[in-house]
Amino acid sequence: MAKELIKGNTAVAEAALRAGLEAYFGYPITPQTELLEHLSLRMPELGRVFVQAESELGAINMVYGAACTGKRVMTSSSSPGVSLMMEGLSYIAGTELPAVFVDVVRGGPGLGNIAPAQGDYIQIVHGGGHGDYRVLVLAPASVQEAVDLTGLAFDLAEKYRSLVCIMMDGSLGQMMEPAEIPPMQPLKTEIPDWAVRGTDGGEKRFLTSINLDPPDQERLNYRLMTRWQEIEANEVRYKGYYLDDAEFVVVGFGTAGRVSLSAVRATRDKGIKVGLLRPITLAPFPNAILNELAEKVEGFLVVEMNAGQMLEDVRLVVRGRKPVEFFGRMGGVVPFPDEVLTEIERLTAGPLTTEGHPRDRWLARMAEVLG
Amino acid sequence: MVMMDVPTKVVYERPAVLDPRVTHYCPGCTHGVAHRLVGEVLEEMGEVGNTIGVASVGCSVFAYNYFNVDFVEAAHGRAPAMATGIKRLLPERTVFTYQGDGDLASIGMGEIVGAASRGELLTVIFINNTNYGMTGGQMAPTTLPGQVTTSSPTGRDVTRQGHPIQTSELLATLEGAAYVVRRSLHNVREVRRAKKAIRTAFEVQKKGLGFSLVELLSTCPTNWGLSAAEAREWVEERMLPYFPLGDYKISPAVAELDL
Ligand SMILES: Cc1ncc(C[n+]2csc(CCOP(=O)(O)OP(=O)(O)O)c2C)c(N)n1
Ligand code: SF4
Repeated sequence: MAKELIKGNTAVAEAALRAGLEAYFGYPITPQTELLEHLSLRMPELGRVFVQAESELGAINMVYGAACTGKRVMTSSSSPGVSLMMEGLSYIAGTELPAVFVDVVRGGPGLGNIAPAQGDYIQIVHGGGHGDYRVLVLAPASVQEAVDLTGLAFDLAEKYRSLVCIMMDGSLGQMMEPAEIPPMQPLKTEIPDWAVRGTDGGEKRFLTSINLDPPDQERLNYRLMTRWQEIEANEVRYKGYYLDDAEFVVVGFGTAGRVSLSAVRATRDKGIKVGLLRPITLAPFPNAILNELAEKVEGFLVVEMNAGQMLEDVRLVVRGRKPVEFFGRMGGVVPFPDEVLTEIERLTAGPLTTEGHPRDRWLARMAEVLG
Repeated sequence: MVMMDVPTKVVYERPAVLDPRVTHYCPGCTHGVAHRLVGEVLEEMGEVGNTIGVASVGCSVFAYNYFNVDFVEAAHGRAPAMATGIKRLLPERTVFTYQGDGDLASIGMGEIVGAASRGELLTVIFINNTNYGMTGGQMAPTTLPGQVTTSSPTGRDVTRQGHPIQTSELLATLEGAAYVVRRSLHNVREVRRAKKAIRTAFEVQKKGLGFSLVELLSTCPTNWGLSAAEAREWVEERMLPYFPLGDYKISPAVAELDL
């Protein structure tokens, strides 16, 4: 199959459809809307389900119902819409259903703006809906990677009866790049045993997230967490660049990781041994490789399009063994490679410290930038 | 004494679709009656094995324990959305939601209006008992003017707390709604009429004619502070004037149904 020039949102939509998506439920919101629009045409064409819901609340609860049938289903939105979906996500997790959702993150909080951002990291990776559950979070850095992760997202969701989030940002959603979308897969024919379908005279099935008896609920929580351990053991994904001889390592995901890669290359050209660790799964987080790096490199620079959310996860692994510095742009501002390059040079020039909090030092520097 | 060999005929028994167990409903509560009517209709239509129910949040949260059909349990107010997801993927199946008035007409107003306006092929059993039963009798969108509840302790003051919502009237304005009627469960005659309406509603779904909803005026003796008998009178005296029984929407195609 040849590569085609395609927009991130459209590419993910088409990739999902070809991966056997049987029902999509969504609500328009920029910068995600092309995903919904593409499927509004393609799904009915193929005799599959597309519903523009009354709200994101409606959409995620349609996904909840649809997931109960054991078929491949998804929704997509952007930050404010994903906030509305948190209720349904928690119910889906509590019912142990597979489902995929895409968050094309934009600047916030509140209505914010429609520019690319990564401010939903804590919400998606560490929080979101109520109760004790985890979401597998995939963070692509190119249109092709978004396409590849889309098919994977459904496989993982089904393998672990889990929620999988593809967390992109506005620039990935909106940008056009050459990408190869895998060929059309046949629809799943096997319906998992737990799925509702009508008894046809057999045993009834019911799917619920209610467990009034705390010990029952605790057993469910235990099951969810042991399953998560399995996910942590098997599903960590990341990409390392120039790590072999790196003395300093930049850590960044998605677009921030991509911008950082340009900066890392430019730094390499100047003879400075810098590498990049780009987590692809934000949850489970690539702790092991980071831990390994913390033993051998001299320092880290975390780059994000937020005020240092993944930063805390990096610090948790590095545990003060090596200096960790931070650079971020917020509110829909995308960092330039030159800015990251300057930060890398600051880091490598020293002096380095493990004292204080990197966010405080970064905020002090930002005061000058913002005037 | 001579035992006569009298041929017997069963005139009344528990529908097999209802699990033979004691429900958690209070004595005198008509949730049980509504369950029974739904069960009888599904059996009479031969739909038991073909049905998926969507329970809601409210006193009927455990409805799935009582019906021997596949069931799911929705978040508060979201049953019509969840049912939409199921029905769209399993269009041959009969899908119904069972919702209280707080669930459907307050927190879930967006979802029910969305489903009705899209003409989703769902049947909604809507229990109007003028309060939030499960959480202990707070004011609902259906609470009558002046009615005392635990969150309108001096009686619902419409100037501060708004007016009760007449849900059937409201939903009947939507084109996608094919069949919207209000019935009551406070006496035998009305129970029989309610059953007919429930049958029609499920037939409307089966025949693909559009969205169908049966509002059932229901008792909540526990939170009303009344005996079972008094509660039934209260429905007649207090609820009927504000919530008149009747057919609020019969689409032309439904009108032609010969049941
Ligand atoms: C999001 C959310 N808000 C509030 C509740 C608490 N809650 C449970 S049942 C209920 C009221 C249900 O009342 P109604 O729908 O009238 O049904 P009834 O119990 O009267 O049959 C409420 C508010 C909840 N479960 N979820
Ligand atoms: S609280 Fe009211 S609605 Fe709930 S079971 Fe008791 S009587 Fe019925």
